[in-house]
Amino acid sequence: MMSSILIAVVVLLALASVFGIILGFAAVRFRVEGDPIVEQIDALLPQTQCGQCGYPGCKPYAQAIADGDSINKCPPGGQNTIDALADLLDLEAIPLDAEHGEEKPKTVAYIREDECIGCTKCIQACPVDAILGAAKQMHTVIVSECTGCDLCVEPCPVDCIDMIPLPVTPANWKWPAPVSDPSLILTDRGRGQLLQGASQ
Amino acid sequence: MSRIFSFHGGIHPPENKKQSLGANIRLAPIPAQLILPLQQHIGKAALPCVAIGERVLKGQKIAEANGRISSSLHAPSSGVITYIGPQPVPHASGLESDCIVIDTDGLDEWSTLSPIADYLSMNKMDLINHIRDLGIAGLGGAGFPTDVKLHLGDDHIINTLIINAAECEPYITADDALMRERSDEILAGIEIIAHLLKPSHILIGIEDNKPQAIKALDQALRASTLNIDICVVPTKYPSGGEKQLIQLLTGIEVPSGSIPADIGIVCQNVGTTAAIYRAVFKGEPLISRVVTLTGYALGHRQNYEVLIGTPFTTLLEAAEVNRTTLFRLVMGGPMMGIGVNDERIPVIKTTNCIIAATEDEMPPALPAQPCIRCGMCEQVCPASLLPQQLFWFAQGREFDKAKQHNLFDCIECGACAYVCPSNIPLVQHYRFAKSEIRTEEFEQQKASHARIRFEARQARLEREAAEKELRRKERAEAAAKQQAERKLAEATPKELNSDEEKAAQIKQLKTAASVARTKLKKANDALKNAREKGLEGIDKLETTILLLEQKANEAQQAWIDAGGEQS
Amino acid sequence: MALIHLSSPHVSKANSTARVMRLVLVAMLPALLALTFFFGWGSLIHIFLACTFALIFEAFALYLRQRSLRFFLSDGSALVTAVLLALAIPPMAPWWITAVGMFSAIVIAKHLYGGLGQNPFNPAMVAYALLLISFPIEMTQWNAPFVLLGDSWQALPSFSQTLAIIFNSPQALSLDAFTGATPLEVLKHKGSLTTEEIWRSSDVLSQAVFAWYGVSAAWLMGGIFLIYRKIMTWHAPLSMLVTLFILASLFYGGDPSNFADPFVHLGVGATMMGAFFIATDPVSGATSNKGKIVFGIGLGILIYVIRTWGNYPDAVAFAVLLMNLSAPFIDQYTQPRSYGHKQSTSTRGGSR
Repeated sequence: MMSSILIAVVVLLALASVFGIILGFAAVRFRVEGDPIVEQIDALLPQTQCGQCGYPGCKPYAQAIADGDSINKCPPGGQNTIDALADLLDLEAIPLDAEHGEEKPKTVAYIREDECIGCTKCIQACPVDAILGAAKQMHTVIVSECTGCDLCVEPCPVDCIDMIPLPVTPANWKWPAPVSDPSLILTDRGRGQLLQGASQ
Repeated sequence: MSRIFSFHGGIHPPENKKQSLGANIRLAPIPAQLILPLQQHIGKAALPCVAIGERVLKGQKIAEANGRISSSLHAPSSGVITYIGPQPVPHASGLESDCIVIDTDGLDEWSTLSPIADYLSMNKMDLINHIRDLGIAGLGGAGFPTDVKLHLGDDHIINTLIINAAECEPYITADDALMRERSDEILAGIEIIAHLLKPSHILIGIEDNKPQAIKALDQALRASTLNIDICVVPTKYPSGGEKQLIQLLTGIEVPSGSIPADIGIVCQNVGTTAAIYRAVFKGEPLISRVVTLTGYALGHRQNYEVLIGTPFTTLLEAAEVNRTTLFRLVMGGPMMGIGVNDERIPVIKTTNCIIAATEDEMPPALPAQPCIRCGMCEQVCPASLLPQQLFWFAQGREFDKAKQHNLFDCIECGACAYVCPSNIPLVQHYRFAKSEIRTEEFEQQKASHARIRFEARQARLEREAAEKELRRKERAEAAAKQQAERKLAEATPKELNSDEEKAAQIKQLKTAASVARTKLKKANDALKNAREKGLEGIDKLETTILLLEQKANEAQQAWIDAGGEQS
Repeated sequence: MALIHLSSPHVSKANSTARVMRLVLVAMLPALLALTFFFGWGSLIHIFLACTFALIFEAFALYLRQRSLRFFLSDGSALVTAVLLALAIPPMAPWWITAVGMFSAIVIAKHLYGGLGQNPFNPAMVAYALLLISFPIEMTQWNAPFVLLGDSWQALPSFSQTLAIIFNSPQALSLDAFTGATPLEVLKHKGSLTTEEIWRSSDVLSQAVFAWYGVSAAWLMGGIFLIYRKIMTWHAPLSMLVTLFILASLFYGGDPSNFADPFVHLGVGATMMGAFFIATDPVSGATSNKGKIVFGIGLGILIYVIRTWGNYPDAVAFAVLLMNLSAPFIDQYTQPRSYGHKQSTSTRGGSR
């Protein structure tokens, strides 16, 4: 009786060690080389380099996330970025941490050029070199390069920088998702009334 | 006649074409105001080359093409430029865009035109530039600048030229009317394109619901020496889609992500050929086009020759619109047209039809019901996609899966939404998903661009810091060396070698003395100021002044000792 | 003001889910007539019962799910499920069979999964399978069919008699007098006789088979009507029937004494109903034409296998449920090749 139990234990142990060795070998031999996780995280961050997360740029925050920091500290990326990060890291998607700011519509910096004194402070603050100018010369923002990070607003001594949302033009207009409310009847005419009714 | 192939899916919506074919093409009135959007074509918007207040003549260029894929604009009638700025334009968004507004003077005075007498002997490049200069763009729907397509012979081998005369959308008869009445112009236009592209054969794709147009073309063709085939295709929407027509006529599919020229095919709309004819033989720029005005809210349903820039209001009134029954206004066909909410918007180069529909004709869309996966959409999809699958993905915002299921091969023809028993606005779901994906990709591109700039800046700052550090070190070393030398010099009895060195030293001492004096003066001022205002720290200032006095005296003394006073 | 943007197309086919459902209901009329003709008033009464229960349960589920009652009740899908189930159960079954069946079809199989369009299984077949497993006796007692002209073997119960059977306990009347096993069940226990011999062995049986052929012909008529009206395509029914026929022919040809002949498989039992009204259910079936063919072939094989070697006499419900399970899988591997692509998404390694 005792011996049969012993045999069972020995056999199981032997099997376990054999498969363990095989699995261990496979894990080392056939390991899938992926992108380093920091790079993957960094690719999902919006690269505004705004520092609202408390780190001096997106890459350091990516490193911090890889080291275990929470994923909800990026206001410019908003919920989309959090969802993408949660997906990548197999974490739960949590709402944005309000401590670091809130999700705002995309804006770009605009310098009121009459008021600019040419102090170059904003140029030094801009993380992506999107401000053009020289000492005692008027500065201007390269709109296509601006990430809307806000970092130039604070250092300006004369407060001549505004963050303005990008205007919607036919070129960058997006189709909205269809309204799925069955009580709403879509017609051309009388849209206004319908909408007023819908919003009330 | 060559063989006709077929394409997957397709639908047979009621044609509603007879209504607008009762009469010949009629000239539409010249409106009081012409509104010309700078962007009427695919590519970059044109750049205005006139100023407000300037008088322009009919056919005069008012905006210049901007870049390779762009198209210029011309004044459709004579008048004065009164405004350049945002105006409502024909776009699904209903937003405003930059336009040039001309107040017409009713004289319709032509500018001098430069027709080409013999295009065959002309340099091809010049001929294409002539067509580009006259603002010819595709009149079919997309408005692709025609000259770009005419260049395709340069880097592609074009063996087939397809003239798209299918006009598969219901209601629209603009091309049909054009072919009936101006088949010789069309043929002459085809000859010009053939001259430029040198295709080995030319196919005209036309649906079998236009017997009169086929007859007219056939008659015109008899005079031609070109190898042209009229391919009559069965009436089925969307046979006029570029890719579908290519498949119908040649049996070849345009690979996803390629243009037809990659497989040796160029498509031109039949209306464009007539515009090319006018540009070359008469020197007329693209300032008017045939527009079908139809729909049961109109009294006169027929085709009109309309100046580009004519507001819809003018046309609707010319066609005796009944505003009490007008329920929906559509630019283009019922399947792919744009719903229009503002009657002020103008006719542009791609406006082939205006439908003023009554409520019975185009009833409001019923509320969407759940998808029952009936698969009717899949049966009719001309791109052989899985519309219901794409719909799930779009609704669930699984955009990467939608993309993987070839969302971007969707031509938005609307066949799926047309047959959907659950009234799901499928096309809008796809459009929504497409614009989300495009934005996301744009954003990603921007983000990686920003990262590169950020990293470049970071590297630059580091480099600068390193250089600074290096310079600082060098300076420190130099200073240390100097100090050592000076010490050495002080240790050995001072023996100035020359007068020059002596003079330099004296000068240095003089500067030091004057600096010390300035400092002292400043400190005195400060003390005075502090005393006046009764500030604190006066004692401290006093001691500082004493120290400074001492230093100033020492410096003065040193200078005198060195013999400064004498020189 | 935010605008509602109207997307093209601006017209649509006069085609709605409600119309599809109405046509399906119309297509089931011949079968209803045939069943009534051969088996008496039972089917009609059960249809009335099933529709009532279906609407009550549907309204109840919609109310709980806080959906618009009028909007969703009017789509007619609950009625189709109700009529299908009512025509599938024995005409003399007690009323609570229908009640339990409709509850499981509408509430469990449909609304628990998210309502119309979301159910992975065909609701009517879920209910049928559940009833068959839970109440095997009630679900397999078919009354002997009406005997054709002149024969006086047994008159069908009258309308009031039928009502009494359905609503009172069956023992009130000597039900056994006119119920019996279905031909398929007899075939299961036929021993070494060929089908022909079995039929000849009993008058009741040969009449039953005749009646079943009649009902099947009625289902077939309805199915052809639906295909003609383009409510469904021929792919799934045809592939299912052809597969079943080929399999049955092969086995019957090899050993006629052990296997039923192919026409029995096609004409007796729920084959025709399954082929045209269950296999074509869009919600729980495969989507593409290729997929529908695969789905039909799978159904045909499963029906034959379960009928021949399984425990239950008829197999359509189980076969359908099993194939419903594999429909997403079939869909995954039968994606069409899109225009301008060399391969379909599935062969490119697409994931769902």
